[in-house]
Amino acid sequence: MSEPRAIVTDVDLAAYNDSGGRPPAGRLRAARPTRPPRPGSLLALAVAVALLVAPLYLDGSWLRLGVFAFAAAVAALGLTLLIGQAGQLSLGHSFFVAVGAYGYTFFAAARSGDGGPGSAAGLGLPPIVALVLAVLLAGATGWAFSPIAGRLRGIYLGVASLALVFGGLHILNNAEPLTGGAHGRDVPGFTLFGFSFDRVPGEALHVLGVPFGREEKLWYLAAALLVAAYLCYRNLVQGRPGRALRAVRDRELMAGIVGVPVARYKAYVFVVSSMYAGLGGVLLALVLGRVIPDAFGVALAIEFLSMVVIGGLGSATGAIAGAAFVVCLPRVLDRYAEHLPFIASSSSISESGGLEPAVAAQFAYGAAVIVLLLVEPGGVVAVGSRLRRRLRRTPPAPSPTSHG
Amino acid sequence: MTTFVQLLVAGVSVGAVYALLALGFVVVFKATGVVNFAQPALLMAGAYVTARLSAPGGLPIGDPASTSPVRFAVALLIGAGAAAALALVIQRGLVHPMAARSVVAVSILTIGVDVVVQTEIVRRFGAVEALSMGDPWGSSVIHEFGLTVPHTRIAALAVGLLVITAFFAWFRLSTWGVAMRAVAEDPETAALMGIRRSRVAAVAWLLAGALAAIAGLFISVSPAAGLTPAATVVALHAFPAAIIGGLDSTTGAVLGGLVVGVAEMLTQGYASDLAFLGRGFHAVMPYVVMVAVLLIRPSGLFGTRELHRV
Repeated sequence: MSEPRAIVTDVDLAAYNDSGGRPPAGRLRAARPTRPPRPGSLLALAVAVALLVAPLYLDGSWLRLGVFAFAAAVAALGLTLLIGQAGQLSLGHSFFVAVGAYGYTFFAAARSGDGGPGSAAGLGLPPIVALVLAVLLAGATGWAFSPIAGRLRGIYLGVASLALVFGGLHILNNAEPLTGGAHGRDVPGFTLFGFSFDRVPGEALHVLGVPFGREEKLWYLAAALLVAAYLCYRNLVQGRPGRALRAVRDRELMAGIVGVPVARYKAYVFVVSSMYAGLGGVLLALVLGRVIPDAFGVALAIEFLSMVVIGGLGSATGAIAGAAFVVCLPRVLDRYAEHLPFIASSSSISESGGLEPAVAAQFAYGAAVIVLLLVEPGGVVAVGSRLRRRLRRTPPAPSPTSHG
Repeated sequence: MTTFVQLLVAGVSVGAVYALLALGFVVVFKATGVVNFAQPALLMAGAYVTARLSAPGGLPIGDPASTSPVRFAVALLIGAGAAAALALVIQRGLVHPMAARSVVAVSILTIGVDVVVQTEIVRRFGAVEALSMGDPWGSSVIHEFGLTVPHTRIAALAVGLLVITAFFAWFRLSTWGVAMRAVAEDPETAALMGIRRSRVAAVAWLLAGALAAIAGLFISVSPAAGLTPAATVVALHAFPAAIIGGLDSTTGAVLGGLVVGVAEMLTQGYASDLAFLGRGFHAVMPYVVMVAVLLIRPSGLFGTRELHRV
């Protein structure tokens, strides 16, 4: 395309970033005694408390859903970094999630032969080592793709990354000694310093009178990893690499002229993004308990894409919100089906003629992507900040508590 | 040798179908700079309408109890029209308002459209496994020169070549074709010369829809069992085809389609000799070829080397 058109695009991409790229301010400044705490830090505190106490009140199935959302959010952070900050489109994110999931399973599973006939091979490493290795493996796989990722831009990379998904599915289905083939394989539970995050027969762990099972423990593990991933993302985006990536995104040629090694940064962001996907994959494998190839197809890649678009490209909070929305929507619709119009509860589809909750959720997130891109390219994060601005423009509230 | 020739014929025939799809991508990309990820949805919509109308009990033409060639032909026309209309609605309603925005954003929007349309079509399938296309060829084959070729393959080849030839004639000779090439060359100048870019874009989308519907028909006839939701995956194979040829080259799209079709069929035919690659490798073959081409030529075989396309 010709130059003037490209300039319009740059402005557009910059607008994405202004709305979403900047992490919520206020957490660092909140410690100053001279100012009242800002709503941002109050929000962070509230989120932290909610994360900590939720397992005491929610039942197992909701916690399981929450862990799914955390896992998806970690992977979505990687994708929003790639698309929102570096302007590279990837439809192959589910492949790196699969690498993480299967990598962890392989590294942590008992050595071959120990698990009886028919079981797939493993290395029998401690789970924490397996987790780190799986993330590194995903990064290495991303690096192996860098001859392509470093040279292509935007759309071309998006289509080329489809090759990863289909190639990956083929390998997962055929490399039976490693992956267990089309029927998948069981994922070994996570343990850290002798503390098991899996269901332990005969163990009755109670915290504040609440029995702590597999879901409760995994919740804390996933939440901790998500917070760590979020903080890493913020540091990366605010620092020198983040600025370099945005320069590459907005104007590749200019970035090169001011001394950003363009191809190296494109490859770098692809590696980091796939490591995020790998960590998300490990968490996903832990909560699934069994990994099968079909779970990691194009549909999953499109779900990740929807998450980051719904949340707002380039925004960490947005990616997390988008992940929660896309993951939880089918379940929530199913749970409250009888109260919603046009939606059939899973037991009475044939009689009522409504939509299945899963189908309704697909419609909802497809439509959310379309509508948000049309009217608010910054995603829900931009909607949120616009609301906040409007609140601030109204006459000042008498007391700071009115914010919360 | 016979096997090889037979596979080659099958490959060229399948390749012609991919070429139709790839042409649809390329036309839209040239006219608007958008990669249309909703192409599989257009294919499904067109093929679904065709299948429903041409099935016994569909359109009230001919004997309602059996298949009828006339009804099939009319159904195909309506199906292609429906896909083209859907494409036009998507273009006017969703893509056109975003004309000033980044191409990546618009392409992601088409993914959203794809999700919605496909969900609706798969929902309409309900418990039905596969829809018969009601085509007059059935599963009959001809034996000639020691080759066994299904009628459907010959029909796909003939129709594919006909449509492709017609497209190129139109693209080179007609006023619309000239306008479209002018827009692809230089949008601003074309607009200053009085070419309405929005109309050119609309025509491009219309064409893409119609081409996708025809391709959808030939993907779903024998040896396939009929139209299934899995046709989407086959439709995705047109992406490598378009990329191999170069996203902005119509010649490249046809060539890429043929390369993908032949590569896929040969891999499938010689699967027993390629057992070390695992089962079902033919489905991955288009992507392997694409990655190989991209490693050597990052903008495809015939694509313009444009380093700063955004």
